[in-house]
Amino acid sequence: MIDARGYVCPMPVILVQKEVKAHAPQTMEVMVDNSCSVENVTRFGSSQGYQVSVKPQGQDFLLTLSK
Amino acid sequence: MKKVNYLVISAGIAVGIAALVLTALGNPANMGFCIACFERDIAGAVGLHSAAKVQYLRPEIIGLVLGAFLMSVATKEFRAKAGSAPATRFVLGAFVMIGALVFLGCPLRMVIRLGGGDLNAVVGLVGFVAGIAIGVVFLKKGFTLQRAYAVSTVEGSVLPVVMTGLLILGLAAPALFHASTEGPGSKHAPALIALVIALVVGALAQKARLCMVGGIRDLMLFRDASLLYGFVAIFATVLVGNLILGNFHLGFAAQPIAHSSELWNLLGMVLVGWGSVLLGGCPLRQLILAGEGNGDSAVTVFGMILGAASAHNFGLAGNPDSLNEAKELVVGGIGTAGKIAVILGVVVLLAISLINSRQEVEAK
Repeated sequence: MIDARGYVCPMPVILVQKEVKAHAPQTMEVMVDNSCSVENVTRFGSSQGYQVSVKPQGQDFLLTLSK
Repeated sequence: MKKVNYLVISAGIAVGIAALVLTALGNPANMGFCIACFERDIAGAVGLHSAAKVQYLRPEIIGLVLGAFLMSVATKEFRAKAGSAPATRFVLGAFVMIGALVFLGCPLRMVIRLGGGDLNAVVGLVGFVAGIAIGVVFLKKGFTLQRAYAVSTVEGSVLPVVMTGLLILGLAAPALFHASTEGPGSKHAPALIALVIALVVGALAQKARLCMVGGIRDLMLFRDASLLYGFVAIFATVLVGNLILGNFHLGFAAQPIAHSSELWNLLGMVLVGWGSVLLGGCPLRQLILAGEGNGDSAVTVFGMILGAASAHNFGLAGNPDSLNEAKELVVGGIGTAGKIAVILGVVVLLAISLINSRQEVEAK
């Protein structure tokens, strides 16, 4: 899982982009702590052909990206 | 990523209209909304510098922070966070501000100047894009100021509280603050109207994540143009408004509060673009983030205010073009101290970029 909590844009998306480039995983989980990052990671994930689901977890958000 | 982000476009149009209205109501020409200029005016108002022409407690800055604060509380997006290299951010904020005041405007004013036909802003835009490109190179190399952590609500509320305090003092005891009687600082829209407009813009900018650097940066990093629509919407709105109002004047020389010393327009905005990428957002975005609980952005804003004070205490800021008594053009620009400050800024940004970039050996 990519823990991108504590980072503001564009860092969470950069972390996801690196993972996609390195391993092109079928599924991955990303944890972020702000709505802006939820929107940005979702947008990036969709552009890379992933389905993205978002689950709030307390103050944080767990995003699941899957192909 | 081809989906058009209507919220960003709406926010951009709102900012453009706000700039036009505030200018019509008294703000300086092509300066309806300028984060750098207005923070400089606040620095002057509280006596941090003594440049008599640029001192005024600008309600726009107060309104932006409080608008973002109220919106983030209302939508439960307020998050008190801090601890991501605050001291480094303070320094970055100061140099971003010095770069902006060399050019005579933050990225937002650059767009507003473009919409007024000021071609010096095209040179500024070239520098701004170049600066962002340099920043993006370091982001790709692994640049990071590390993560922030949850802090107390009080810590996350420092800038909104400071702004509320300034507002109360400004209303209750206006004589406490310096206020220009001539020059840009003396030109302002009625304070309450400016405050209300800024509250609305701050709330919209928070919701839309409006950022002048983010659009170009995300396009370079992810081919994501969504934030760029805001940038374009502001430009288009201001351009159309100026054409209708007869305020569009195409040219380089003697533009309102601008100089045509192009090398320094360019290099000033390189500092702004580069520094803003390292900070994660333009000066406007820093105000908004500070409003939604980001203590690091609050520190950045304080750094920008210190940078503004330094820019005038040490004569670093640009001097506008002017006409002499014979109506001949006197090209403005910056003095030797300003040139040294810009070069020092480049060196400092390079050092910060290198020190905070982790060389990654990850195979592609």
